[in-house]
Amino acid sequence: MSDLDCDEFVELVTAYLDGALDEETQARVARHLSLCDGCETYLDQFRQTIRTLGDDRPGEGLPAEARAALLAKFRTRKN
Amino acid sequence: MDTKGPLPPDATLVAGLRDGDEAAFALIVDAWSDGLLRLARDFVSTGDSAVEVVQETWLAVIQGIAGYEGRSALKTWVYRILVNTAKRRGARESRTVPWSSLLTADDEGPTVDPARFRGPGEPYEGHWREFPAPWPSPEQQALAGEVRRNVAAALAKLPRRQRIVITLRDVEGYSSDEVCSILEISAANQRVLLHRARAFVRAELEAYFTTVRATTEEGEVAT
Repeated sequence: MSDLDCDEFVELVTAYLDGALDEETQARVARHLSLCDGCETYLDQFRQTIRTLGDDRPGEGLPAEARAALLAKFRTRKN
Repeated sequence: MDTKGPLPPDATLVAGLRDGDEAAFALIVDAWSDGLLRLARDFVSTGDSAVEVVQETWLAVIQGIAGYEGRSALKTWVYRILVNTAKRRGARESRTVPWSSLLTADDEGPTVDPARFRGPGEPYEGHWREFPAPWPSPEQQALAGEVRRNVAAALAKLPRRQRIVITLRDVEGYSSDEVCSILEISAANQRVLLHRARAFVRAELEAYFTTVRATTEEGEVAT
């Protein structure tokens, strides 16, 4: 099993997090992570980025008129 | 019904919509319109157009709910209608919509600056020159608001297709399968677009945290 370089690792992070790597590559990634603090930090920061993206971003919603028009349409729709 | 709580299961919602239960319709309109607006905005040129696309989508939902077969989750089905409506609208506005299944030059090349790694001929070729500096932990981030603003700015800078994919996956929380189904792209292409987008946002956050650290250290020297 050949060692993975850091510049290869950084391109595999999303596939790794999605569980989309083949078994051998998955094992190489895990081994590399166990040896490389830099890549472990990179992975942590990737996870933190993803969490931040998922933080609630309240939007302004539909304008009240548009919402009211839709509800009216719903009431009068033909079944 | 409490609009802040989790939505009822699809079967309940769909039955409500088919029975003409206005509360059920209002519930999903209120819960999903923000996400739909964000997504629509990536396809059309103005905020007004985006609102119209979302309205059109909900009208199509009203008309089509009888024919919804439940092969995908209700929300996924609604999002797919939005994407198709928005693409048609975007094409009519002749806003270029380079939405093909093909990847473009934006989607190629390394996602981390190659200068960060040791080059050919150097010992440990391909390894970090310097490890990425750790970030402040989320708990100690009095910076949360500032971080979110930086993330929003980073998203705005992304090539559109990357932005659409990362918005669906990481902002809206869709699974890989769902995003492929909404956008009708392959799993491999979805992953390429997502990975590039995430790597870009991470790099923007890294740049931000580096500035914060520099400022803090200056402050400490000064005091």
